[in-house]
Amino acid sequence: MEDLISSLVRGLGLGGLYALLGVSFVIIYRATGVINFATPALMILGAFFTGSFGNAIGLPFWLSVLLGMAVMAVIGMIIERIALRPMVGRPAFSAATVTVGIFIILLIVAGRLIGSELLTVNDPFGLSTVDVFGARLFTVDIARLVIALVAIGIVGLFLARSRTGLAMRATAFDQETSLAQGINVGRMFGLSWGIAAAMAALAGALLTAGSSGVETTVALVALKALPVIILGGLDSIKGSVIAGLIIGVAESLTRTYQPVYAPWLGANFDVIVPYLIMIVVLMVRPYGLFGTKEVVRV
Amino acid sequence: MTTATKASLHTVKGRPQLFTSYAREMSIFNTRVKRNWVIAGIIAMAIIPFFLQRDMVALLTTVLIFAIGGIGLNVLTGYAGQVSLGQAFFMGVGAYTAAVLGGEAQGKVIGLGLDMVIWLPLAGLVPALVAFVLAPLAARVRGLYLAILTLGLVFIGEHIFKEAKPITGGAGVGRAPAEPVFLGFDLFSNHTILGYRIDRFTVFYVACLVIFLVMAFGARNFVRSRFGRNFAAVRDRDVAAEVMGVSLLRTKTLAFTVSSFYAGISGALLSIVIGRISPETWNIFLSIDFLAVVFIGGLATISGSIMGAVFVVMLPKLVNTITGFIPGFGGIGEGGLLNVFELQSIIFGLLIILFLILEPRGLYGLWLRLRNYFKAWPFSY
Repeated sequence: MEDLISSLVRGLGLGGLYALLGVSFVIIYRATGVINFATPALMILGAFFTGSFGNAIGLPFWLSVLLGMAVMAVIGMIIERIALRPMVGRPAFSAATVTVGIFIILLIVAGRLIGSELLTVNDPFGLSTVDVFGARLFTVDIARLVIALVAIGIVGLFLARSRTGLAMRATAFDQETSLAQGINVGRMFGLSWGIAAAMAALAGALLTAGSSGVETTVALVALKALPVIILGGLDSIKGSVIAGLIIGVAESLTRTYQPVYAPWLGANFDVIVPYLIMIVVLMVRPYGLFGTKEVVRV
Repeated sequence: MTTATKASLHTVKGRPQLFTSYAREMSIFNTRVKRNWVIAGIIAMAIIPFFLQRDMVALLTTVLIFAIGGIGLNVLTGYAGQVSLGQAFFMGVGAYTAAVLGGEAQGKVIGLGLDMVIWLPLAGLVPALVAFVLAPLAARVRGLYLAILTLGLVFIGEHIFKEAKPITGGAGVGRAPAEPVFLGFDLFSNHTILGYRIDRFTVFYVACLVIFLVMAFGARNFVRSRFGRNFAAVRDRDVAAEVMGVSLLRTKTLAFTVSSFYAGISGALLSIVIGRISPETWNIFLSIDFLAVVFIGGLATISGSIMGAVFVVMLPKLVNTITGFIPGFGGIGEGGLLNVFELQSIIFGLLIILFLILEPRGLYGLWLRLRNYFKAWPFSY
């Protein structure tokens, strides 16, 4: 029972991270129709900046996270302006391949900045635990879930209520009509990249928090948000939150119980559980739980 | 074929661009200039290793192997329009099929030690079979969904490779690849032919060149056939293609299967060049390399894939040579602004972006521009 509760909570914490990354993917996909394969690199760079503000300058954790997000938002907008804007009107897979190129470059930059030492973010959680119903829970898991949900809630509120959010949704719905209504579509693209990069940065900071330090290669964790958005639907923020939590919990439960009940599946089987879920979803329901079903016209 | 159509296959003298029949226009060498250039190119490729250092010959062998895999991915991505990040997985399947059939048994690792005549075709056929089984799943999804699906395939494949210890040797350990012994003739050892001593790298280069030529011409022939035109129809507008009677499932399955056959052969040969293969070899970054071969070389051209392979494989060597002259770069440690490996990767990423933005037709497009410039010279403006 304690095992179950603690692995559930760990899964929800992980799911919060996946949800953040999923939202990062979804926002860019909705605005520009592109899957941003550079997200892992944005995440690890965000963690680096958060860590630098926290460790080198000594700012409190929450302030360094906010500053890290802001820096990454600016970087995201610059990337969009330089590399993605020229790809407007070109096939989506060409633009997606551009983001693969950005991924390679940013990953090297991040590796260079981080150097050979492990990356830490000076967080207040550490390895502290709380006891709930006799189960020992890591504070950081609860913090991950809460912070992720709050951040996604703010973004959702921004999209739903603000004037700019409305313009962004209009752009996602129909670019030409939005242009005709006087919306600066290019700026909306930039803004989407900014928000997405900030979300990735937050995910990076939360991923690094509560660990004894991470390496650059941990960036590939962010690719697990791809199964999340497939399950949730490529264009649904609500979907990526729910799917993120489902996949996080599934992965965590597998990690706890698979070595006991199905050891023949091999070590670290939990790492590929998201991808297996994704394949099943694609077979059964290719547009995901909450995605818009694609209408095909000749 | 009647005499009338046979006669129409001949070109009109002095009018190389005038095609008097569709068959003539669709033929592999539709102009004489093209045929002559290809023959010249093949001769150059055949004699060049005899003038080069051993490491350069090994590098050129890698170019040929990357070209085979690149052509395979181009059939899928360029011609059939299905973006796949799964090339590394199918290469891994090919490499391990070859290693199990043609490698030596060591401890708990299986190896049957069969001849290359057996393992080489099977190194292509087994991945093709795997792709055939997976294709109905892949045919259900379009565009970027497929890219994500195949990305998942690479991660799942890596896990399976790490766990299947009797076949792959397990994570971090790896195993020896297949022995390239063709009908008793070892293609990876020194030989003396007609009093000439040929070192093993050159021997293997020539073997790869032969395989490469067969597969390149096979692909060129394949994409101009009925199936190749089906691919293009599906790529350009899949619904319209289906309305016209092109079965989407069958076409996508065929594209996947053919592409994986090429990937398997390429993986088997690459494992011999690498020397010892570990499950980590077949990761997402290898897939990205092949995506770069296709996109930098140019979508939907066989010759473009070859140029792309030359480019992607030669780039590190080139960067190495150039950085020797520039202070601040170079070196292999932490010092300086960037070390060689980091610089290589950054230039690699930058080139993918620049080609996609500035010249979407890739190196093949650059070549076309160059050709058209000189075609109309001195009135090329």
